[in-house]
Amino acid sequence: MGRLSVSLCGIGLDNPVIPASGTFGYGYEFAELYDINCLGTFSFKGTTLHSRPGNPLPRIAETASGMLNAVGLQNPGVDRVISEELPKLAECFHKPVIANVSGFSVEEYAEVCRRFDAQPQVGWLEVNVSCPNVHDGGMSFGTEPKAAAEVTRAVRAVTSKPVIMKLSPNVTDIVAVAKACEDAGADALSLINTLMGMRIDLRTRRPVLANRTGGLSGPAVFPVALRMVWQVSQAVRIPVIGLGGIQSAEDVIEMMLAGASAVQVGAANLVNPCTCRDIIRALPGTMDRLQINTLQEIIGGSHGQ
Amino acid sequence: MKQGQFTILENTALTGRVSRLRLGGDVSAIVRPGQFVDLRLEGFFLRRPFSVCDRDDASFLLLYERVGRGTELLSALPPGRTLDVLTGLGNGFDPEHGGDAPLLIAGGTGLSPLYGLAKALLKRGKSPTAILGFNTASEVFFEEDFAALGIETLVCTADGSRGLPGFVTAAMDRRHTGFYACGPEAMLRAVCETSPMPGELSFDQRMGCGFGACMGCTVLTKKGPLRVCRDGPVLDREDVLWAD
Repeated sequence: MGRLSVSLCGIGLDNPVIPASGTFGYGYEFAELYDINCLGTFSFKGTTLHSRPGNPLPRIAETASGMLNAVGLQNPGVDRVISEELPKLAECFHKPVIANVSGFSVEEYAEVCRRFDAQPQVGWLEVNVSCPNVHDGGMSFGTEPKAAAEVTRAVRAVTSKPVIMKLSPNVTDIVAVAKACEDAGADALSLINTLMGMRIDLRTRRPVLANRTGGLSGPAVFPVALRMVWQVSQAVRIPVIGLGGIQSAEDVIEMMLAGASAVQVGAANLVNPCTCRDIIRALPGTMDRLQINTLQEIIGGSHGQ
Repeated sequence: MKQGQFTILENTALTGRVSRLRLGGDVSAIVRPGQFVDLRLEGFFLRRPFSVCDRDDASFLLLYERVGRGTELLSALPPGRTLDVLTGLGNGFDPEHGGDAPLLIAGGTGLSPLYGLAKALLKRGKSPTAILGFNTASEVFFEEDFAALGIETLVCTADGSRGLPGFVTAAMDRRHTGFYACGPEAMLRAVCETSPMPGELSFDQRMGCGFGACMGCTVLTKKGPLRVCRDGPVLDREDVLWAD
C-alpha cells in the first residue's frame, strides 16, 4: 500500500484520482499526452442501451469559473461500446475501469448493467441517475428517493460488480436520496453530477444552449459538491466518491477531508488534459507540506469539527 | 496533439476587427494546413480555438477576429508574454482532394487556414485560385499576402465597395478541379449548392475541450456523428448533412 492508495468497494486504487465520465471519452485522446495508467481508474463516457446522437448544438457555454454542457448522453450504445471501445481502451489502460450507465427506464438501466457485468475490464458500474440534459430519463430517477432506490435494486439484481450510484445535486435533500440508494443495495455513491443552469445571449435574447438548460461544472461548483459530500458521507456507511470542480492536489485533499474515499476530476480535464497526471504528481509534496502520511487516513477528517 | 508554452512574438491589428498573432515554441505537432490550436487565456475557464494560418520551424501565425471579451483580452497581450497552447488539433485539409487547380474560398477570417493550404498546394505543384469574401472594403485583409504567393486572388465584397460585388459564389467558375472553403456555415452551404466539384469544408463550432473528449461539438453527418474538433474541422462536402 502506497501513501496515495485507497480502496473502492474492495478494489485497490493506486491513488484516488479518477477522471469523471463525459470528460475523458474512452481514454485514448489523453493517452496521446501521458500514460493514463498512472490514474486510479477512470469512468468512461455514459452508456445507454441504444446509440444516442445527443442534443443539438450549441452544447457548450462558458461561465464564470466553469462551463455549462448539454451534450445529452451521446454514445454508440452498449453493444458497440463493448465490441469497439473496450478493446481499444484495453490497449492503453490496464486497470479495472468504471462503466458509467444511463437509462430512460428501470429496465434499460438493468439491461445495460447486465451486459457490462460480463466484461472483465469493468471493475465497477456507475449508475447515472442525475443527467440534467435528457428528458424523461437521467435526472428524473435521481431526484426522488423511491425512484433512485428502484433503479439501485434493479441494477443490484443483475450484477456481481460493485454498484456506484451517481447522484444529482438538483434536489432539496441529497441525504434522503443517498440513504435510499444505500438501503437498496448500492455499494458506493458518487456526487455531485452537474448543477442545472443556463445562459442567455444578450443580442439574440435566446438561451445560448440549444437545449436551453445545461449542467454547470468546473471550480464554480466545488463548494457545493464539498458540502454535499460532507453531509452524505456522515449519513451513510458506504464510500462516497467526491466530484465537482476539483482541479488541484489541494482540492483532492479538501474533498477527502469532507468524507470522500476517492475523487473524480471532470471539467478540468477539458481545459488542461494533463490535470489528473499533474494532480497525482503533486499529491506527495502537498501531503508532506500538510503533514499527511497517507490519504487513507484523512478520509472524513473534518467530520465532527 | 501537444501541450506547450508559447511566447508571443507579434500581436498586431490588421483591420478594425482582425489581428495577427505569431507564437513561438514547439510547433512539431502542427503537421497539416487546416489544423487548429487551443489557447488558454487568464481569467477564462475554457480555451479559445483558432485555425493555424501559417507555420515555420519555430513559430506559427494566427489571424483572429476581436468578437468578444476573450479575443479583446488576447489583443491586449504584448510580445514576450507566454500562453499555454494545445497544438496539432483536428484533421486538416487533404491537399490532393481538390485536384490540380482548386479554388480556395474564404469568408472573412475563414481565409486563415486557406493561406497555409495555398502554400502547401504550391509546394505540390498545384495551381490554386483564392476567392476572399468580405462584407465591405474596410474589412479586407491578407489580399496582398495571397497575391504575394503568386496565385490569382479575387476579392468580393457583399456591398460592392471593393472587388467583385456580391458573395464568393459570384466568383466561382467551372475552370477549377475542386475547392476548399472556410467561412460562415451559410457560405459553405451556398458554395456547395453552386458547384458540384469535389470539396472540403472547414467548420467552426463552439467547443468544450477541442480534442475530442467532451462531445460538445458533434455534428450529425452521413458518416454518423462526427466531432468537429477531432474528426474535423475539415469535412468532405459529400459527408455533410445540412440542417433544414
